[in-house]
Formats: sequence, structure tokens, C-alpha cells
Amino acid sequence: MAQISLIVNGSLYSADVDPTSPLLFVLQDDLKLNGPKFGCGLAQCGACTVLLDGKPIRSCVTPMSTANGHTVTTIEGLGTVDDPHPIQTAFINEQALQCGFCVSGPMLYGKAFIDNQPNATEAEITQALTGLLCRCYAHTRMIKALVRYAKESA
Amino acid sequence: MNPGEVSRTIGPSRRVFLRNAGALLVGFSMAGRNGRLAAQNPIDPTGLVDATQVDSWISIAADESITVYSGKIEFGNGFSTVQTQLVAEELFVPLSRITVIFGDTGFTPDQGVTSGSQSTVTEFGPGGLRQALDTARDALFQLASLWLDAPTSQLTVQAGVFSVKGGDPSNQVSYGQLLQGKRFNLTVSSTTVPKDPKNYTVLGTSVPRIDLPPKATGQFEYVQHVRLPGMLHGKVVRPPLVGAKVVSVDKGSVAGLPGNIQVVVKNDFVGVVADTEWSAIQAVSALTVAWSGGETLPDQNSLYTWMQQQSSADSLTVNSGDTSQTLSNAARTITAQYSYPFQMHGSLASSCAVADVRGGTGSGATARIWSATQGVYPQRNSVALVLGIPAANIRVTYMEGSGCYGLNGNDSVSFDAALLSQAVGTPVRVQYSRKDEMTSGESFGPAHVTNLSAGVDGSGQMIVWSFEGWSVAKGDRPNATTPGNIISGALAGFPTPPLTPGAATPPTSFSNNTNAAAGYLAGAVAGAAPGGTGTIGSEKVLNHSVASPFFTGPLRSPDRLQNTFANESFVDEVAAAVSADPVQYRLRHLNDPRLIGVLNAAANAASWDTRPSPKQGNPKTGLATGRGISCALYEGDNGYSAMVAEVSVDQATGIVTVTRLVASQDSGPVSNPDGLRNQMEGGALQGLSRAIHEEVTWSAATGAITSLDWRTYPVLQFGDPLPEIVTVLLNPLEVPPLGAGECTITTVAAAIGNAIFDATGVRLRQAPFTPALVLPALTRREGVPRRH
Repeated sequence: MAQISLIVNGSLYSADVDPTSPLLFVLQDDLKLNGPKFGCGLAQCGACTVLLDGKPIRSCVTPMSTANGHTVTTIEGLGTVDDPHPIQTAFINEQALQCGFCVSGPMLYGKAFIDNQPNATEAEITQALTGLLCRCYAHTRMIKALVRYAKESA
Repeated sequence: MNPGEVSRTIGPSRRVFLRNAGALLVGFSMAGRNGRLAAQNPIDPTGLVDATQVDSWISIAADESITVYSGKIEFGNGFSTVQTQLVAEELFVPLSRITVIFGDTGFTPDQGVTSGSQSTVTEFGPGGLRQALDTARDALFQLASLWLDAPTSQLTVQAGVFSVKGGDPSNQVSYGQLLQGKRFNLTVSSTTVPKDPKNYTVLGTSVPRIDLPPKATGQFEYVQHVRLPGMLHGKVVRPPLVGAKVVSVDKGSVAGLPGNIQVVVKNDFVGVVADTEWSAIQAVSALTVAWSGGETLPDQNSLYTWMQQQSSADSLTVNSGDTSQTLSNAARTITAQYSYPFQMHGSLASSCAVADVRGGTGSGATARIWSATQGVYPQRNSVALVLGIPAANIRVTYMEGSGCYGLNGNDSVSFDAALLSQAVGTPVRVQYSRKDEMTSGESFGPAHVTNLSAGVDGSGQMIVWSFEGWSVAKGDRPNATTPGNIISGALAGFPTPPLTPGAATPPTSFSNNTNAAAGYLAGAVAGAAPGGTGTIGSEKVLNHSVASPFFTGPLRSPDRLQNTFANESFVDEVAAAVSADPVQYRLRHLNDPRLIGVLNAAANAASWDTRPSPKQGNPKTGLATGRGISCALYEGDNGYSAMVAEVSVDQATGIVTVTRLVASQDSGPVSNPDGLRNQMEGGALQGLSRAIHEEVTWSAATGAITSLDWRTYPVLQFGDPLPEIVTVLLNPLEVPPLGAGECTITTVAAAIGNAIFDATGVRLRQAPFTPALVLPALTRREGVPRRH
């Protein structure tokens, strides 16, 4: 066990935890966050994606020791139903989900990429999502939503 | 307006109203359930919900809020929004007033499983939600007639408030005022008249999905997020080889590990429980289990031959008795064999469930289960056997998981959680690993192999069609007598019902539920009027079901997709043999105007290039492009669809890129156009993934399934080239609604295969169309020099 501290969605989290435990389980079970989800546990699908100091990572294979001292943002940290982040509004306006289980991946990889490259093309945005999965295959709508977000934030 | 502001002094006195209403119509019996709470919580201690009673479906509170109880669940396809639209439409109320509760035993009506594109058909049809709503609506009109002292024909209703046409506009009464939070006490009427779709104002519009804002902001609670006080985390330990049995479990191998590890063994079911998920994962890795050898598996390379050699349970869809004769008399015959692999649901979420079993076993024990099952009642009845607890003591509550597409691991993991919770006496959450889900959690979509023969006359018209298909089966959805239908029930000691071989008996009516009969067949059975969509009168469709080495179960468009791949590829092959355009040739053999309608709609939207396939003048090296079409009446009676695919084939690598998919659909009146388009787009891409990428693999040498993650079970991913997707909705209002969720995926593989043929002249008769399959097929083309 080890004392681990991190900032999650703006709040300090500090606890004595197994430093080898994946970040996802602490977010899901200890902090009761619903945004990052367990899909494969192998960094192969992206459902567990969170931003670590602004960069998208797979929380299912990121040990707590790696997250220690860093800032974590989940999709809950972007906005709420009543006050959604513009990228969440874009997803809702494009009706870009089916089951919605995968959404942390496309939303956070898309956000990190577009925020760095506001003039990114649709092809570049699509490429930035490489390695993510959506098994309902809402791909075209999610990409539309990201293009919309890029246009609105450019 | 605010109903609270409605004047209460207008109309007959409340006492008189109640007396008349009670005598005439509703009978406001309190019957042990009084007030709003009871009305919104119509649980019966027996665990039964009487679907013949309006109160089992709907309650209207004094504050005008409306709660609807439905057996048809939301699993990510938008049906909860459609149900809300239905309520708003039939009851003339705003969407915001409506809450739909679905899938909770003892609270919602038992409507079986949510599957088979039956949700709309069921809820809009006899005995479904709409009849209950319409019965309630008619009762409200009767009550309002009494209150406002005007005949029902003179009443008008807006946003749940009645007034008299042309009368004093302040003379109003609301639903909440009429009911006062009490129950209807009415039997659902089968003679109610639903709203005419021509007058729809809410249905037929693209109401945004009600579940998307919480999903997009991470606030939605999936089954993965059920968190109970004292809940522990469970993991399963599965046989490493298919069919292996437990020899011994060394519980000492996890002694000393953190997390208060408990090991549970019941027959071949092995699991661990720990304080945290991470501790449980570590314990599973450490636990030493000795397993027996596995079962003998067929060699994957000769699967389709093996299938045809097994004893089988046979059935006939249609048999005119003269196909052999007609084939031998035909001007020309064409034969071919098509095959389709085992595939996975491959849900994004490895399945998860939570169970809280108290009191062990027997009549004094109880269980609560939170599950993403497609059928809460079938699961409850099945779990009753698994746990030895009466069904009435078990409550199964549906919570959404990720998209399931059929019988994925959701029922299996629910059994696992229940077994572990029963053993340790605390609530247990089980989250499968990816390997658990893929190798020993879900039930695969079955492999198929199909032999087809057709004969044409001198004009090229098909006059005879013969289909002989083999498919595999092991288990199915679990129900009240068969927990062994899925792997966790079987591991816990419940037998999987064996397949019983038997010869086919003559069909007594035409049912094309699995789309084994191509759309071009007349479907004439037992002297009845032909039930098919086509004109071929010399017809035989023989199905063989053989025992599967792996558990199988419904996977989106189960059997329909595999059969449609064979039939719609083969008709294309016949069209090419007689040098006919694929669309025109299909039209020559169809007589159902709606199937003709979707076929033409897709072809028109795709600007179909009318000519025979393959495309003349295409290069034999480098990139070649082509187009293909297919169509189907899903399940023989449940939704018309057609698909045009455009592809580019890299003849140097064998890589197939789908550049455009044009899908048309006629499922009757469209409930939510954007929602339907979303379903069609997803179905198109999922179908593309299954056509080009997906195949379960195993090793006969070791006896293990070797598709165990997303590397070993490749699927279409983000970053892969995406086709342009065009959706065409036909929206006939004068017909009943049909299924919509599985039509599009059914037609994709054949359309792509036909487009590959158009581009290259190579007919692919086996899916998936991977480079490993496509490149050798291109190489085999006669006289074509290969470039490398």
C-alpha cells in the first residue's frame, strides 16, 4: 500500500491504496465515477479513457503509482447534463451515441487532439481516434460531432 | 397551464362525479393500495404483473406525472425514447411528464425478452403498451365527460387537460384531477382505436434520445455502476479448454493474498470473491486449478465439411416436391456452396452483474439481481433453478450495459454473480475479463454452410430453387427449465439440452423466420396461398441443425444474416450467369410491392448503374471498383430493406475497402426518423465489420478458443476507412409498424460480396472477406497475371 494523491475533476483525492491497482478501479469504485468504463482491461478499446494532465490515457492499464501527483479529468469533469461542455453538446446534438459505453474514448481523444489542432481536418480527426472501438458503430456520427466541435472551437 | 390553477368549482361536485364515475366506469377501489405511492408501485407479492390490467402499465399521479411500466427495455437503440413518444402521442401529454420504467420483475409486465426486432411490433400491437394507453385514454375521456358534463365527442384535450370544444375555455379538468392519484381498475381493451399515424405529432418526429445527455456527461448509471453497501468483487475462473472439467482446486494457492479472498467451487464453476476488483484479479491469476482435458473440436479448416457430416435435426421451410425434376429439365443449372463463420457479439463491455442473495437456498432465501439481460423474467425463472430459491423470492432488475446485440455474456455473468453471492452471503459484483467474455461468457453466432441450386429456362428466368443449409447450435437463451443453455449454468451442473436428430416433416404453413427461403420463392405450402415474396414455384428449402462445439445464441439478425448472405449472393451469381443486371433480375422474380419498393429506393438513391456484373473493362491489377445490391424481408414478415454497397478492391493486397453503403428500409410508419437512421448506420457498419473482419478462431490441436481479445478477434475500428452511408426511409402510414433494428445488417455481407464480384469477377462464397481469403481467390482467376 502507498499514499497516493491526485486531482480528479478538480478535487484532491488522497488515499492509502495499492500502487499497482489500475487507476480505473479507484475512479470507478472509490470515487464512484461513471464516465470511464471497463471494456477490455487491455488498452485495446478506449472505454476507460481519461485525461492525465490533459493527455488521453487508458486508465485500465495505468497503475495508481503512475497517476500519483497528476491531474485526472473524466468526462464528468467536462460538464454536466445542465451545463455540458461544448464537445458534449456536439455529441448530443449529433445524436452521436447508441449505447454510449465507449464515449469516453472518442470524446477525450477527440478533445485532446482538436484542442491542440483547432483547424484539424475530418481525416485528421478520424486518424486521431485510431485504436478506439465502438461496437454499436456510431462512428460516422461521432466524427461529425467532433468536426462540429472543431468548427465551433476554431 | 399549471394544472394546480384549474378551477375546482366548475362542473359537478367532486362527490357526484365520484359516484357517477365509480358506478359507470372506473370503480375507484382502494383495494389495499391507496394513493400515489401504491399506484406507482404496483408490485404483486407473487411476483406476477397482470398484463391484462391497465394499472400494470400506467399510473398517472395527482401532479400529472405519468409513469409507464414496460417489458421492452432500452439497450442503446433508442427504444425508451420511442416508448415515451408513444405515451405522449396516445395520451396527448408533453414528453417531459413521462417516465418509462422497463425490465423489473414484479413491477413491469412480462413481455419475454427484448429481441428479434419485436419491441415496436409488440408495444404497438395486440396486448402491448399502446392498447393499455388507449384504454386509459378512453377512460379519461369518459371521466372528463362526467366532470365537464359534455359528451366525449365534444371534448378536446391538450397537454393532459380536457375542455369542451367551443365551450368556456376556463371549464377544464386535468388527468391528475380526474384520477386523484388513484388507479384505473380497468382491463385492457382489445378494441381500442389507436391514433391514426396520419395525425401523429410526436411519433414520426426525430425526438432527441432521452438517455443521451446523461450518457455523454458520464452521469448515466449502467449495470457496472450498481454499488451496494458491503458489496464484494467476484471473478470467475473458466476452463482453459472447451469442455474441460475441474479435477481439483488448490485453495491454499491464494492464501495470504490481500483482499480477504474466498474461493467458490460448484461442480465446474469456479470463482473467487475479494474486497476489491484488483484483489480479485490477482487472486484469479494465483489460483491453482487442475483441469481435465477438453473436448475434441473439429478442425477449423474443415469445419464446413464436418458440419455436413454430423447427424442433424432437420426442417423444411418449403418443398414443392418437384425441384429435382425441374432442375433436370432446366435449360441451365447453377450450383454453389456458401459458408459463414462463428462470430461474436463482441460487446464493448465485458459483461457485468451484481447479485445480493440472502438466506442461502430454499423457500426462506431471497435474491436480487441487477443485470443487463434481455429478459428479466426468463432470467429470474432460470436463476430460481440455479440458486434453489423460488422465483417469487427473486427480483431481477434490468440495468443497461453496453450494446449486447443478442445473447452476449449478460445472462452468464448474472448467474455467476448469483452463485458467488449465494456462497459468500454478501452482495457480489462480477466483472468479466475480456477473455472471460469472449471464450467462456458469451454464446457465439452460429456457423452456416449452404448448398444452393437454381435452374433457369431458355429466357434466363429462374424456374427452380433448392436450398440445403447446415447450421450449428448448442444451448440458447436460458429459461425456466434450462439454465444449462448458457455456459455458467452448464458449469454449475445444469445439463445443456442435447440436440435431437430427426428427419424433417412436411411444413404445414409458410414461415420464413430465419430467411432460409430467398425472396424470389413463392413460398407455397400445404395448398395455402403462397406466402413468399417471389415467383419461383419449384422450391425446396431444407435446414439441418447440428450440435455445435461451442455455445451458440442469437446474434443480431441470427441465421437471417447468414442465410441472406447465401441467398442474396447466389441470386447475383445466377443473374451474372445469364448476363442480367442484378437489380433488374431480382425485380423479374419479385411480386411483393414493398420489397420491390425498397430495392428500387436503394438503387435509385445509389444512382445504380444498370448493367450485368462483373464490370467490363475493370483492371485486373491494382484498384478495381464495383457495386453490389441485396435485399430481404426480414424474418419473412418483419421489415423490408435493401442495400447497395460500393467497394474498392486492392488486387495486389486483397484488401477490400467499402466506399459507400446505401440502405433503404420500409418498416411501416417510422416512429423516430433520426433514431431509425442511427440504427441503420450502426447496422451498416456492424454488418461491414462482420462481412470483412470477424471470425471466431480455435485450435483443434489444443482444444482452446483462440479469439480472446480485440487483437485475436479483429473488428472494424476507428481509424479504419469508413464508407459514406446513405439511408433512405420509406414511411408508409397505412400499414402496421414492423421491426427495424436488424434489417440493415442482414443485407450488408451479400451486397459487399456482390460488389467485389462486380469489381473483380471473383465470387466470394465465404465470409469474412479478409485478404487471406480474397488474395488467393484473385490469384485463382484464370489467365490473370499477378503483379507483385
